[in-house]
Amino acid sequence: MNARLVSEFRSIVGDVGLVSGPEQLRTYECDGLTLFRVVPDLVLLPASAEEMQAVVKLCYRENIPMVARGSGTGLSGGALPVKGGVVISVTRMNRILEVDLPNARVVVEPGVTNSAITAAVSPRGYFYAPDPSSQVVCTVAGNVAENSGGAHCFKYGVTTTYILGLDVVLSDGTLLHLGGTTMDQPGYDLVGAFVGSEGTFGIITRITLRIIKKPETTQVLMAAFDSSSEAGAAVSNIIACGMFPAAMEIMDRLALEAAEAAVHANYPDCQALLLVELDGSAREVELLMEKVGPICKECGAWEIRLAKSEAERMAVWKGRKAAFAAVGRISPNYLVQDGVIPRTALPRVLGEIDRLSADAGLRVANVFHAGDGNLHPLVLYDRRIAGEEERAMTLAEDILRLCVEAGGSITGEHGIGEEKKMFMPVMFSPADLDAMQRLRSAFDPYDLCNPSKMFPGTDAKLQTPVAYEPHPIELAGLAQRY
Amino acid sequence: MSQGEEQSNEAWIELSAIVGPEHLRPARPEDAVDAVQPAGVIAPGTAQEVAQVLRYCASAGVSIIPRGGGTQLGLGNRPRKADFVLSLERLNRVIEHAWGDMTVTVEAGCTIDKLQSVVREHGQRLGADPMQPERATVGGVLATAESGTLRIRYGAIRDLVLGVEMALADGSVIKAGGKVVKNVAGYDLTKLAIGSLGTLGVITRAVFRLHPIPVAPATFAAMLPTAAEAEKLLLAILDSHLVYTGLQMRARHEDQIFIYIRFEGIPESLEDQYVKLGRIAGAHQFVDCAGDVWMERQKLFVNAGSSVICKCSVLPSQIGSLCDAIFQHTRKDGVVVTLVAQGTGLAEMRLDAADLHLLTNVLHALRGEVERLAGTVTVAQCPVTMKSELEVWGTIRDALPLMQRIKQKFDPGQVLNPGRFVGGI
Repeated sequence: MNARLVSEFRSIVGDVGLVSGPEQLRTYECDGLTLFRVVPDLVLLPASAEEMQAVVKLCYRENIPMVARGSGTGLSGGALPVKGGVVISVTRMNRILEVDLPNARVVVEPGVTNSAITAAVSPRGYFYAPDPSSQVVCTVAGNVAENSGGAHCFKYGVTTTYILGLDVVLSDGTLLHLGGTTMDQPGYDLVGAFVGSEGTFGIITRITLRIIKKPETTQVLMAAFDSSSEAGAAVSNIIACGMFPAAMEIMDRLALEAAEAAVHANYPDCQALLLVELDGSAREVELLMEKVGPICKECGAWEIRLAKSEAERMAVWKGRKAAFAAVGRISPNYLVQDGVIPRTALPRVLGEIDRLSADAGLRVANVFHAGDGNLHPLVLYDRRIAGEEERAMTLAEDILRLCVEAGGSITGEHGIGEEKKMFMPVMFSPADLDAMQRLRSAFDPYDLCNPSKMFPGTDAKLQTPVAYEPHPIELAGLAQRY
Repeated sequence: MSQGEEQSNEAWIELSAIVGPEHLRPARPEDAVDAVQPAGVIAPGTAQEVAQVLRYCASAGVSIIPRGGGTQLGLGNRPRKADFVLSLERLNRVIEHAWGDMTVTVEAGCTIDKLQSVVREHGQRLGADPMQPERATVGGVLATAESGTLRIRYGAIRDLVLGVEMALADGSVIKAGGKVVKNVAGYDLTKLAIGSLGTLGVITRAVFRLHPIPVAPATFAAMLPTAAEAEKLLLAILDSHLVYTGLQMRARHEDQIFIYIRFEGIPESLEDQYVKLGRIAGAHQFVDCAGDVWMERQKLFVNAGSSVICKCSVLPSQIGSLCDAIFQHTRKDGVVVTLVAQGTGLAEMRLDAADLHLLTNVLHALRGEVERLAGTVTVAQCPVTMKSELEVWGTIRDALPLMQRIKQKFDPGQVLNPGRFVGGI
């Protein structure tokens, strides 16, 4: 980028809001999906909506593609820079602007972390429900862009359920107020359309969201099984009984080993572990939990443990949430997948994954949100062995196709981004994709916001995927990618 | 023969060829929308037929009014044109109740009652109770984003829809979303379709997530002396650990304010909830009451031909202010007002007065106050003559041009419900 333009950007955001050094720019070359990397021309970190607007207007004037970025924890390459483009980070806009407890609403800047919201309201008994595993570092704007889920969305829903209003800057610099503080604003549900648009519609500068009251009681039960299929059957039976747990998670042996190694959650030593969390009124949770144990036993559980105290419960969840990163301890490399299937297809699909895994000669660790059929198979491999990375990618793709064939989806919460755009035609017809493009062109007719993402065949020259090489500070053990 | 009649004749032949002559009939006076009389009513039998009808209409500039059960035809501006009503009555099947997955796939013309009766066989329900479920259809409920009193527990209808199939004006049939409860592949066109009043396309099918039917429903009522006290109690309940599936306030006059709460847990916990409710309510006594109070919204629409019915949306902490504003503006003029507000801050309000001009003024004044509170007032139904004097949707903020661009992309010929939506979309 020419010096005149850089100084023009600098005049908007100042030295502290501009990254241009080659080594610093490399920090932004990829997000949580490290398979692809592109070094951006410049990284801009505006500190206010006004600065954001000015930055975007300048990009618009100069026809520079923009990639918005939160904390870079996304797992589908949504924040992967595009060649010749800038990255616009929202992390300096990280203030909680307003907490309105009587109405259970919070207004935040886009760079506030997911956990920070809950931290701000938990003393008064409230929480922000979407809880992606990266919640300690990921930003709310990133959550909005990806429509993030988490372990508790079986009962509580995903990000879109909680977003009431968004201030967004469109690619030409127009600032719009979508939605509001009250529900059901007249007109098209533009907030609903924007959530999950993966940075392709515009950049968020302000978010109004809903928080909810913490339930009176929360209990989590761990049940140890000899197979994931048995654990899956228990999930179906719990639901068939009319119960509506806050979360139901299954981890298989490999995932358990990894989590145990990382955080010593003291899980039972088993082939498959089912976590069932119930919440609600104390009396109801007590009574219903008495039924969950026997249901699990009928399905083959040989050990049942109930975490009653908050500390025990947090330890159980810490292991689960650390599972992805922890797999790094048992395998030099791994791919995280994110497919969804109808819950009843669980036993069959798990069987098929086992078969595919054996055929490929690669291990697959399974961690999944069993309540909503959201699978996270982790394909383990060693890229130092010739051909293994390619085999791992093929296996991951085969698993996705399996999910679609079972009536499911290629992504439940990680998004399409760069990673899965070639799979969109597996799920959607040309007419479906065309309708999406129409919406995109209404928001961003100039194709400047995160261009080339989400849809196949969109200007491949903007990206040249290169195998990931760790950043020097990672090699030095000073930092870790989430 | 006038140009309009010629067009109508040609349209009649073309449309008849698509759906078969037995599914196209001349419109009757009761098919009129805000007194705009269509020529005919067409009832396609498949999504493909709906799409073909739309493609023809878009190419020939023939306007279409999509219609489900016709329970909310009073919503929106008077249509600029209404050549044909497109009835979804033949697309009325429950396609698949995947009870193990707690999902159901239905055609858009299926009534809510029919849907509920099918899923009830496996102890499940759609967690929404829109008005007039015996007539209201899935498509109509989605197009108008109607949900009901269960919303405070299960979320809005948008939160219960997993995917839709939709016929577009270019003749394509698209699907958005899917059949699984978690899915972020592609843009959320489902959200765009919900509440778009059929102005972007015609929803032909939907997939919903379901919930178990609770075993022990119970409703309690308390009478409150003032709107301020009622608001205080509502906020205390919202801030409590009570687990309820309905929280509603009904105010007819300043001295007739009731709060209703519905619990639907297991029988063993009901007593416990009631005791806790008593502690929160303090001096206000909650007593057992019949479950039909949850039909109060719907009752507002009974014999409402000359009434004005509005949907209001305020913050829960503004419900008292909303009541006070309503009472203040209606007190002196002899306007009869009934307000049914949910704990979510969404409310329906019915105003009755002999003098329509007076009602229009009251409404303008009220809307002014509510919009100052960042709330909204939209007219759900009113006498046609009033529609020229008030903006039924209220003030639309800076996103209107974007909405118009979206409309342009999906229905460039403006044949779908022309003029009825916000800003004349």
